[in-house]
Amino acid sequence: MSQEMSPPPPHPAAHGADGLAERRRAVPPNVDLVKGVWRENPVLIQLLGLCPTLAVTNSVANSVVMGIATFFVLVGSSLLVSTFRRRIPNEVRIATYILIIATFVTIAEFALQALVPGIYKALGPFVALIVVNCIILGRQEAFAGRNPVGRSVLDAVGMGAGFMIALLIMGSVREILGSGTFLGVSLFGPRYEPWVIMVLPPGGFFTLAFVLLTISWWKRRQPALAKAAEPRGLVVAERAA
Amino acid sequence: MSDGGAIRATEQVPVPAPQPAEVRASRLLATLGVGGAVAGVLLVIAYGVTLPRIEANRARVLHLAINEVLKAPERYDTLYVVGKALLRKPPPGVDPKKLEQVYLGYGAGGRPVGFAIVAGAAGFQDVIRLIFGYDPKTHELLGMKVLESKETPGLGDKIEKDPAFVDQFRGVRVSLVGVKKGKRSSPREVEMITGATISSKAVIRIINDALERLGPLVDGYTQEGKG
Amino acid sequence: MGDLVWIFFSSMVVNNFTLMLFLGLCPFLGVSGKIETALRMGAANTFVLVMTSLAVWVLNTFILSHAPYLRLIAFIIVIASLVQIVEMVIKKLSRALFRALGIYLPLITTNCAILALAIFQTNRDYTLAQGLVFAVGSGGGLALALVLMASIRESVELADVPALAQGTALVLFIAGSLSLAFMGFAGLLSSG
Repeated sequence: MSQEMSPPPPHPAAHGADGLAERRRAVPPNVDLVKGVWRENPVLIQLLGLCPTLAVTNSVANSVVMGIATFFVLVGSSLLVSTFRRRIPNEVRIATYILIIATFVTIAEFALQALVPGIYKALGPFVALIVVNCIILGRQEAFAGRNPVGRSVLDAVGMGAGFMIALLIMGSVREILGSGTFLGVSLFGPRYEPWVIMVLPPGGFFTLAFVLLTISWWKRRQPALAKAAEPRGLVVAERAA
Repeated sequence: MSDGGAIRATEQVPVPAPQPAEVRASRLLATLGVGGAVAGVLLVIAYGVTLPRIEANRARVLHLAINEVLKAPERYDTLYVVGKALLRKPPPGVDPKKLEQVYLGYGAGGRPVGFAIVAGAAGFQDVIRLIFGYDPKTHELLGMKVLESKETPGLGDKIEKDPAFVDQFRGVRVSLVGVKKGKRSSPREVEMITGATISSKAVIRIINDALERLGPLVDGYTQEGKG
Repeated sequence: MGDLVWIFFSSMVVNNFTLMLFLGLCPFLGVSGKIETALRMGAANTFVLVMTSLAVWVLNTFILSHAPYLRLIAFIIVIASLVQIVEMVIKKLSRALFRALGIYLPLITTNCAILALAIFQTNRDYTLAQGLVFAVGSGGGLALALVLMASIRESVELADVPALAQGTALVLFIAGSLSLAFMGFAGLLSSG
């Protein structure tokens, strides 16, 4: 796929002292875990995985189920990819990653179909489309393929949680305004006239636009925070996905 | 490797060549082959474990829908549409899942109460699929339930959520005619939803078209006294 | 014949992949700055969609009916190989086009529109002809959305947008408005 476009990373096995460096890890574990939640949030900051963020967030229940399924696939793939990272030849790494991801997604699909058939139907093709969610392949390529298992799983848990938080924000805003309910429970009584547009496609675009506006407003008010989230080459490369 | 998660399934992967610098094509193929094989095995297991549950879910949805539109029959038979006839058993060599099916419900004492028919066509936004119950003796509908639709929330989706609309399909005579709200004057007429005329008309058209196609078959089936 | 016309317009405008179903947003947000590039991206996408539709029909007809659990893996492998081939062909034929599409060409693989087409085509049991019409329609829809967005963005370049709203938020507002406009196409195809 993108072997020609980006310079291949050095083969992990080429570094003899890698194991030593792992034990003396310079990054404390909580950094790997927390960065995905806010500072490098895959959706809100890196703007990845926007298709599901917009498509399935017309209710909180759909958002939660989608978040859990993606979390499962991301953590499972990162675990396997980082475990076998020295054994996967560089030339076929993308193909192998996709194979691993597709396997987890198919399992997730079967599980959802068996456990929550109603929501599975509402999510439509977007469960299968987790395969092409750029967050997942992006994390394998940028992190799990080069880092030890422990760090990779922490990274995946953080990113998965960040994705879930973004979906929850979108789902809550859209369901509360668009249906007047939260998880199906009526909030404002029968006299509330729901803003139906919010659960329709345009509402998805508008809600995300307002969320991003709020975030850039917030960042502007906190220059220190903005400085911490300095743009990195990695983020730019991933955005393309 | 010092980290703990590495124990899992290590034996499934070929031992790496001592010199990773020169990667042979055979090793690339081996990696993908082993990966593919492991993936295949995992998927077959997952499929086997979940399939009974998935099929039970599907069957339950259909079962509930048939019960609803035939007013809770004692039992029902599945009939297969083959050419111009309804058959109790699919002809040999034909996959029953590929045949159109209708369901014949029986009331107390084995008396047939009517047929449940699944049909679908284009609605306002996308395809609408529904099931309805039909009594060939009285030419009346017994009930209607939307199985699948993407009609506009708050307007078009009233075809499945608004009892005032849905309940009209009990006891209405075919073929159906749609009229504006409050203008109902004959047993063939159905009042359409204000603001969702196209969705309402689509439902009426789907039922009329299905009965035009299948009506003669179910009428014939009852008259032969097989029911 | 009637259903082919319905499928074409349904996939192109009423259920437009980008604006109504949120598929293929990455190129929509990424390469929609210039009309020229948008057109090329739309064309490349349509081409890959048609090839995918063909391949998926072959897979579904001859192989996958026996092994439905391999569906997703088979689809993604076929799509990845197809894109690789398209990339090589374009590189041979036109260096300029190859440079213009830049990094987005290999990334058509992870464009959800392509895989979604394969899934829809399978779930709806489309015949070969229906599938191909569906692919052309949805590709046309993607191109339409891309070009509309690009022409609006070219005009907005000259506008004085508040600094806060520049970038993705602005593009999303435009996308929302376009999506709102496309909702007007609903009902077009129901011969009420």
